[in-house]
Amino acid sequence: MTDTSLSPPMQPVLRVEHLSKSFGALKASNDVSLDLYPGEIHALIGPNGAGKSTLIKQISGGLQPDMGRIELLGHDVTALDTVARARMGLGRTFQISSLAMEFSVLQNAVLGALGACGKSLGFFRNVMKDKALLEVAEEALSRVGLLQAAQQRTADLSHGQRRQLEVAVALTLKPRLFLMDEPMAGLGASGSKELTGFLDQLRYEAPILLVEHDMDAVFALADRISVLVYGAVIATGTADEIRNHPEVRRAYLGEEDET
Amino acid sequence: MGRERLFNLAVILALLAVPLLALALDEPFVITLATKVAILALAGVGLNIALGLGGLVSLGHAAFFGIGGYAMGILAAHAQNYEPLFSWPFLFEGSNQMPLIWLVAVLASAAAALVIGALSLRTSGVYFIMITLAFGQMLYYFAISWSAYGGEDGLSIWVRNEMPGLNTLIPIQFFGVCFALLCGALLFSARLAGSGFGLALSAARQTEERVETVGLQPFKLRLVAFVISGAITGLAGALFADLNRFVSPTMLSWHTSGEIMIFVILGGVGRLYGPVVGAAVYILLEHLLGGISEYWQIFLGLLLLGMVLFARGGLIGALLGREVAHD
Ligand SMILES: Nc1ncnc2c1ncn2[C@@H]1O[C@H](COP(=O)(O)OP(=O)(O)O)[C@@H](O)[C@H]1O
Ligand SMILES: [Mg+2]
Repeated sequence: MTDTSLSPPMQPVLRVEHLSKSFGALKASNDVSLDLYPGEIHALIGPNGAGKSTLIKQISGGLQPDMGRIELLGHDVTALDTVARARMGLGRTFQISSLAMEFSVLQNAVLGALGACGKSLGFFRNVMKDKALLEVAEEALSRVGLLQAAQQRTADLSHGQRRQLEVAVALTLKPRLFLMDEPMAGLGASGSKELTGFLDQLRYEAPILLVEHDMDAVFALADRISVLVYGAVIATGTADEIRNHPEVRRAYLGEEDET
Repeated sequence: MGRERLFNLAVILALLAVPLLALALDEPFVITLATKVAILALAGVGLNIALGLGGLVSLGHAAFFGIGGYAMGILAAHAQNYEPLFSWPFLFEGSNQMPLIWLVAVLASAAAALVIGALSLRTSGVYFIMITLAFGQMLYYFAISWSAYGGEDGLSIWVRNEMPGLNTLIPIQFFGVCFALLCGALLFSARLAGSGFGLALSAARQTEERVETVGLQPFKLRLVAFVISGAITGLAGALFADLNRFVSPTMLSWHTSGEIMIFVILGGVGRLYGPVVGAAVYILLEHLLGGISEYWQIFLGLLLLGMVLFARGGLIGALLGREVAHD
């Protein structure tokens, strides 16, 4: 699937067109267009403050763009809120972990399964004894390697484990596409490697728009890479194209070499 | 059985044992005190669903407590004066039957909570506190000026309302009624906390963004919680008015909201039996220290300050430590 030249007849799962968002004088998104096709990992890279998280937030519905259009599975969702987009199959992980810290790991996963199951929530039955939800939750936890920590309090998890749980909760949603904001941050070398292998397979369940700082992971995983600098996409292409792109080297990769 | 469950069992058994003992020793006043504890605890159990589970700091729960009280007062006043409450679409002469009074109290306070909640839940934090406070005070001033039902002087009911099969004039029997309702509310509250709704509501308190991204609506969750919360506090209001055979605007004032909140904070916010412990300690302090000094509330203030500074989980938190995740 790495060769995207095979995919033009396919409908993109996500299409972002001419998105702009300013905070005062700061253009956090400047005429951003990108898309995501089935089976693909599209990585979004760029220096800190480039506007990656802001873009993710607009796609997921937490932030209204000033201009532009967002299309999900062929539907214009620009005017829909986060809940509606989540129900359409958008699964997001957060850069700054937004888990329920008082909950156990399992409770966080069950919350995801509960939200995604589409049934009424129930006022009397013990949700932690609901077999169908537990099955979804435990499967997601075991896939990210967190099942043995299921009963731990989320607040007591290590930083890396929280990242894993972020991914697990997104898995419980069984989404049509993933938006992942720096899922590898703080995982450590072996953790990153494991997650890289996992995401490599996950793309066939649902495509992934991946914001990531770990360049090894990005170059290993991404079918396409978009480079965001000062809110604007300065280049989109395959790993090789991006590696050799002069403007990218100057604006971003070169900058990293110096530090 | 976990430690907290054992503790809870001990608390509820003590609340049952004290009036029984008082009955044996012929101390009717103690029975009345225990009844008051049961009723105020019930009001607190209601607030705890909004405050503890939902994180909604409502300083307007006196509105629901008072609406419950006035539901009782109005129905009973019409019944005792033989003045029909309304004659269309059917003749209704009021009622002195507790089950009907409770039903009206619950429905009226739930309806009020739906309106107040729908408007206030669009805000959060300090604004939410202020707007619920404002709604409570609005009702308070309305009751003061509502001369048809006693205005500032309130409404007196001559005889306590009736419960089929019981004689509510006998203190221990009325205590039994209130105690049973408290137990029912505690059971309901425990089930609610462990349900899917409870999980989602609690998550919305901790991380609103997360709840939205799993496709659930925090606003709706909170509104439902607020309505359930108001309805239970309204039921407590009806009982409180029945205990005193009197209802006045005081029940609607923000002092009352503050007191209900104190029960919850004192016992432990979000702890199932927090309001029971809180109400019991409050009434005990009021009774013991109130006799020594008019300024007993200074001691209460110090206790509260200590709780907030040193024991976030209230008295239960101080005794038992952090709550363990359910199951
Ligand atoms: N709500 C906001 N209000 C004002 N400025 C913001 C807000 N959110 C982000 N920014 C600014 O927008 C820029 C892009 O931020 P962000 O999207 O978090 O960058 P990245 O994720 O690429 O590191 C930063 O300069 C940041 O300070
Ligand atoms: Mg970011």
